[in-house]
Amino acid sequence: MILVMIISLGLAMLVSAGVAVYSRNLVVAVIASGIIGLFASVIYLILSAPDVAMAEAAIGSGLTTVIFLLALKRIGVEEDNDG
Amino acid sequence: MVKRLAAVIALGLLALIILPLITDIGPLDELGIAANKYVDMAVKELGVQNVVTAVLVTYRGLDTIGEVAVLFIATTGIGFVLRKKNSRGWKPRKREQSEILHVSGRFLLPIIVIFSIYVFTHGHLSPGGGFQGGVILASSILLLFLSNSLFEVNHDIMRALETIPGFVYVLMGFLGMVLSAGFLDSRLLPLGKTGMLFSAGTIPIIYSLIGLKVGAELSAILDSLGGES
Amino acid sequence: MTIAIIIGFVLFFFGLFAVLTRKNLIKMIIGFSIMNNGVHLIMVAIGYIEGNTAPILDKHHIRREAVQMVVDPIPSALVLTAIVIGLAVTSLMLAYAVMLYRKRKSLSIDDYEDLKC
Repeated sequence: MILVMIISLGLAMLVSAGVAVYSRNLVVAVIASGIIGLFASVIYLILSAPDVAMAEAAIGSGLTTVIFLLALKRIGVEEDNDG
Repeated sequence: MVKRLAAVIALGLLALIILPLITDIGPLDELGIAANKYVDMAVKELGVQNVVTAVLVTYRGLDTIGEVAVLFIATTGIGFVLRKKNSRGWKPRKREQSEILHVSGRFLLPIIVIFSIYVFTHGHLSPGGGFQGGVILASSILLLFLSNSLFEVNHDIMRALETIPGFVYVLMGFLGMVLSAGFLDSRLLPLGKTGMLFSAGTIPIIYSLIGLKVGAELSAILDSLGGES
Repeated sequence: MTIAIIIGFVLFFFGLFAVLTRKNLIKMIIGFSIMNNGVHLIMVAIGYIEGNTAPILDKHHIRREAVQMVVDPIPSALVLTAIVIGLAVTSLMLAYAVMLYRKRKSLSIDDYEDLKC
């Protein structure tokens, strides 16, 4: 049961990592990188580490996404045309 | 195309070197020697229920001072790189402010601040601690930025909230060297009864200082980044 | 837990591949953040013991034989430090990206060739 949960969460993390690296729109890429932190926080809770789960949920999927989006707003670019 | 192939080959060779690390690590059966001693002595010596807190603040306290220093240097660097000539805070919106955000921001702000104070003062009793509480405090300042377009951070209070806790933290370390067993020893103040809020020596005080300092630094980072382009 | 270690390694190598082959500055910073996530997952997964619980000793029956019922607390402490430092380094990189765009109006590293001989 635990093995099935960790495998499905891991697959979801890998899929959103693929979306984050290969997408053209930069806002979609940043939000996908925040979703990785969310799934990682659930895996940390399954592996019995509640302090790390709290810190990763607040920092990895909250503040990192907001700081990326603020920097993107300041730059003003939304598309990645170089590939 | 050639660059991508070369990158894949280099990563493949790196994976080949790291492969024994995956296959030789079996699942652990029992704790190692250091973890054995920490888990055994955390309640008897220090009176702390959360073993991760005991490891972070007392047994490996120098690493925590180093981390606080790294966060301070990063915040100073960001504030220096992104300084503005005529600082006006966040740019006021051209659109009308959303009424839901305005009202609910004003309602939720004290709840979030009280929750963050709860998290970093109960670090030795339940999961949590200074870093988690500091990040929650910074997210309350973010809510203020998002819901109120005329909000400006008071830089004097931010500076005081960032420098005074750091100074008192190092001072407590030196007091530990004079009055107790060594640098950053937490048995400076009386240990009390395990499980009460005011117990475990200086650990709740140190975590509160760390929580305030980290919250102020992350709010300063958000304030530096959110300006006009 | 071996499957979590394998997922961590795949994430780490995928992040490293993104840093090596992408040309956009923001994509390189996203790849660095994915590498951080992978390494933290590996470290927490190494300290896991099958069937044990979190290292918080607040009930008496856990306190009496804590050494056999609790997961390793040292990797948790190390990963907590590493997460905060990862956030600090990522935000510093983003500040540099904002300043570089202000100087030359381009986010592609093909235009920044000053250090090449």
